[in-house]
Amino acid sequence: MATALQTQTVDLVARFPEKVTADSRAGYSGFIVNKENLVEVATALRDEFGYDLLSNVTGVDYIAENKMEVVYHAFRTTGGPGLVFKVQVERVDPIELPSMVGIWAGAEYQEREIWDLYGIKFTDHPDLRRILLWEGFEGFPLRKDYKEGFFEEEAKPFKSRWPDGKHVFAEMKNPFRDNLKFPENFDPESYQPEDEKDLYASLERVSKPLTEGEMKTDHIVVNMGPHHPSTHGVLRVAVTLNGETITGLKPVMGYLHRNHDKIGERNTFLQIIPYTDRLDYFNSMANNFGYVTTVEKLMKIPVAERAEYIRVIMAEMSRIQNHLIFVGMLINDLGSMYTPSLYAFEERELILDIFEAVSGARMMCNYFRFGGVVRDVPEDAMQKIKDLVHDRLPAKIDEMERFLNQNEVLVARLTGVKVLNAEDAIRYSVTGPVLRAAGVPYDIRRADPYSVYDRFDFDVAVRYHGDMMDNYLIRFDEMRQSLRILEQALKQIPEGPINSQKPQYQVRVPAGEAYGRVESPKGELGFYVVSNGKPNPYRYHVRAPSFVNLTALETICSGSKIADFVAQLAMLDIVMGEVDR
Amino acid sequence: MYGKGILKGLGVTLKRFTDTYLEDISWWLRGKKRYYTEEGVAHRSSKNTRGIFTVQYPEEQLIQPEEFRYVPFLVYEEGADGKKEPRCTSCGICAKVCPPQCIWIVRTNNPQTGKPVPEPAEFYIDMDICMNCGFCAEYCPFDAIKMDHDFDIASYGRNVYNLEKLLKPASYYAEIRPLNYNREEEARKAKEAAKAAKADAAAPAAS
Amino acid sequence: MEENKYEGLNLPNYNIPEDIQNVVSITTIDRLYNWGRRWSVWPLMFGLACCAIEMIAAQTARYDMARFGMEVMRPTPRQADMMLVSGTVTKKMLPSIIRLYNQMPEPKYVVAMGACASSGGPFKEGYNVVAGIDKFLPVDVYIPGCPPTPQALIAGMIKLQEKIDKQSIKKVRWYEKGKVDSNYVPMPILGPDLIDVRRNTEIKQAAAAKEGA
Repeated sequence: MATALQTQTVDLVARFPEKVTADSRAGYSGFIVNKENLVEVATALRDEFGYDLLSNVTGVDYIAENKMEVVYHAFRTTGGPGLVFKVQVERVDPIELPSMVGIWAGAEYQEREIWDLYGIKFTDHPDLRRILLWEGFEGFPLRKDYKEGFFEEEAKPFKSRWPDGKHVFAEMKNPFRDNLKFPENFDPESYQPEDEKDLYASLERVSKPLTEGEMKTDHIVVNMGPHHPSTHGVLRVAVTLNGETITGLKPVMGYLHRNHDKIGERNTFLQIIPYTDRLDYFNSMANNFGYVTTVEKLMKIPVAERAEYIRVIMAEMSRIQNHLIFVGMLINDLGSMYTPSLYAFEERELILDIFEAVSGARMMCNYFRFGGVVRDVPEDAMQKIKDLVHDRLPAKIDEMERFLNQNEVLVARLTGVKVLNAEDAIRYSVTGPVLRAAGVPYDIRRADPYSVYDRFDFDVAVRYHGDMMDNYLIRFDEMRQSLRILEQALKQIPEGPINSQKPQYQVRVPAGEAYGRVESPKGELGFYVVSNGKPNPYRYHVRAPSFVNLTALETICSGSKIADFVAQLAMLDIVMGEVDR
Repeated sequence: MYGKGILKGLGVTLKRFTDTYLEDISWWLRGKKRYYTEEGVAHRSSKNTRGIFTVQYPEEQLIQPEEFRYVPFLVYEEGADGKKEPRCTSCGICAKVCPPQCIWIVRTNNPQTGKPVPEPAEFYIDMDICMNCGFCAEYCPFDAIKMDHDFDIASYGRNVYNLEKLLKPASYYAEIRPLNYNREEEARKAKEAAKAAKADAAAPAAS
Repeated sequence: MEENKYEGLNLPNYNIPEDIQNVVSITTIDRLYNWGRRWSVWPLMFGLACCAIEMIAAQTARYDMARFGMEVMRPTPRQADMMLVSGTVTKKMLPSIIRLYNQMPEPKYVVAMGACASSGGPFKEGYNVVAGIDKFLPVDVYIPGCPPTPQALIAGMIKLQEKIDKQSIKKVRWYEKGKVDSNYVPMPILGPDLIDVRRNTEIKQAAAAKEGA
């Protein structure tokens, strides 16, 4: 039910005349806030209007207008649509803006990313360093005038491929014969690489000083990763330890930074779909869902009824599969190697078999299209979905529960070990199961329904302690709820066409902006797309739940034992493909 | 009782362990072969699978669904004298739609007139860039490029496939994707029939 | 005749009298040596990106790489025989990968799993992506696919085993005199862009010749 607060519209212009103007560009919405009043307006938004969750912060480089824009998307954890506000600055270095970290702590890493890729300085940011690239990297790659080593053309398709497409390795066209770009007259021999003193200085800053009466011990700095079996990929974490207690922590990422945003801005709208598969590579269906929903919003096209149901079925299957892996991997990290994860992978294989039969690939499904899906679910695959949903998966989830949940060692290991409380979770913009395990019933499928989720009867799984046990159990709750949705969807699914549009490889997207979000198994997966009417997007940004959730890692872990750190990290359920993009 | 949960869990592993042998016995009693047969593999991938789950590639293989896609290949029709006639007209749609831009096509030009001939002179796909998305096959208007089922293509060097290596006969395509092949053939025949009917209808009017 | 039973170890075409076939096996040192190595290739537990998930899947019950003696994933490079580069190699990650490779003892193999590791794959054009691990490490087997399915990975592993079969103890690089560190790769440096120190002069010349940009 929509409450009064949910539907209340906010007229910022009336509240802050002369400080805020409505964004009147065609296809755009929201407000443009004066740079000087940004903090004032944002504080009012949080405190007066109840926008407690700053979901997305990103930059856009409007080079033709000689402007840089930073876009903020704020939401209420009680539900309802969001509010977008922007701030514009002249595109003359140094570009400076006030930081939002004091109001919404969840902006910390996102602002660092903007500094890294756009070169916008946030003046009172507590720890403004590069985040995805390394210190010393030349240039700000997401600026429109940045050209990388293998740059060929502004937009795909490239003209060199057809009709006279003699095969040439991209290396042959670059003066350095590789994917490289150096400043003029660069001399590699005399170059002194920058060390990581900034990282250790900021680690020093957050590390708790010795309190009085405490035994004087050495603090040791430990680097975990990027090659570490339990960091779920190539994440590196620098930790200061006092004995076994973590006193300070800084994640270092970017080891899998694959330039999704930059490549996406060169791709046509259609070509981005397979790239989204590779964001959160456990849940390509959920990623497809998010992106396609966003572009459909921009194109203002309907989705075929049957396709909506197929989408929901695929997304929920994907969620079950993701949570199964979560359980298996968590227990792997806790030291019980292999057996539970082998059982989890068994069910996952059966689900992937369905994805393979439906879309053609196990992991990188590339199944959604604008207006629908690629092809109908084959009959035998539909039967298999029904078999799994009705017979196998409920029994197997029960078995998993019997297998693990009363295991005394596991219970002792998980109960009472803190992850996050509700207040911190919201402050750090944490979404997904971690937020719900802290007692906030915030699920986008309910809070801001998309697709046909409003037609299903299901509960938002929520638990209240915010400790590891709750974070673990909520995954089981969510799997059960997903099964409920699946049962209803399989019953209600109508016959009919699977796409409202004709299949076409060049879609027309009117100019404008759109922010679409879905509840991916890891949290709020958002896409911010700006179109200027051309075949490729002007700006394509992914608001990755894993990345934003990592902001809270420092708070989660400080004061914990190093042995618990691995499990606490596992609770966040991060995927590096999504963190680094 | 402390330790009950652990025992319960061990019970689950024990059951999984014994399931393998129970299943073996039940297959043996029914006089069927559980291993190295298609039936056995199909059962191990079904909802009723229990016990051992392994499909022992390369001795036995998973059953590929029709839509399975790996890397692209070009379809050719076998000509009368064994000549390979590629369906490709080098229209370039696959090269345009390819997300990582790994397709290179050289169009054939008639040496006399300089006009393009619907046939590729050269065709390259860099298999080490290809992301197996299947867009080329999906948007090809001539059903000339299709996604292969063959995944055993690892090699000791970089894989840039040329026209010769890409071409596979239409019969191979019909074998790996029978449903798609038949549907496309029917559509083609229907189209030709419609064209002929139109020509018939137009002929008397013209004369 | 049980010809196939001892295949792989027995020297082919050597006539062993039938009555002692189950007792005696005649082979060469090379065959014995390679036979032992091919069934105990221990991979480095090392995942980079999407392909790593398929690598894990290949280790699980359904595909079970243990059948090839490849289930012993070693988190430390000191105990690993094979580096399975499973995913996109980024410039930021590359120094770590090179360090791991240099720490692996001979004999060591590198398998480029998937498009990204082979040549940069779909992300080749990106500013932070290395266009193939073969720019730095000697790659033994390339497995195309994005990602290769577990079965395709196993097919690639069989190719690696075949490669091992063909090696001879007399010619392999790790037994050659004075060439112990023949495969040491100097560490690249993260500067304004990735600096491959082996190519310093080349980079300097190209940077000087470049106009404007």
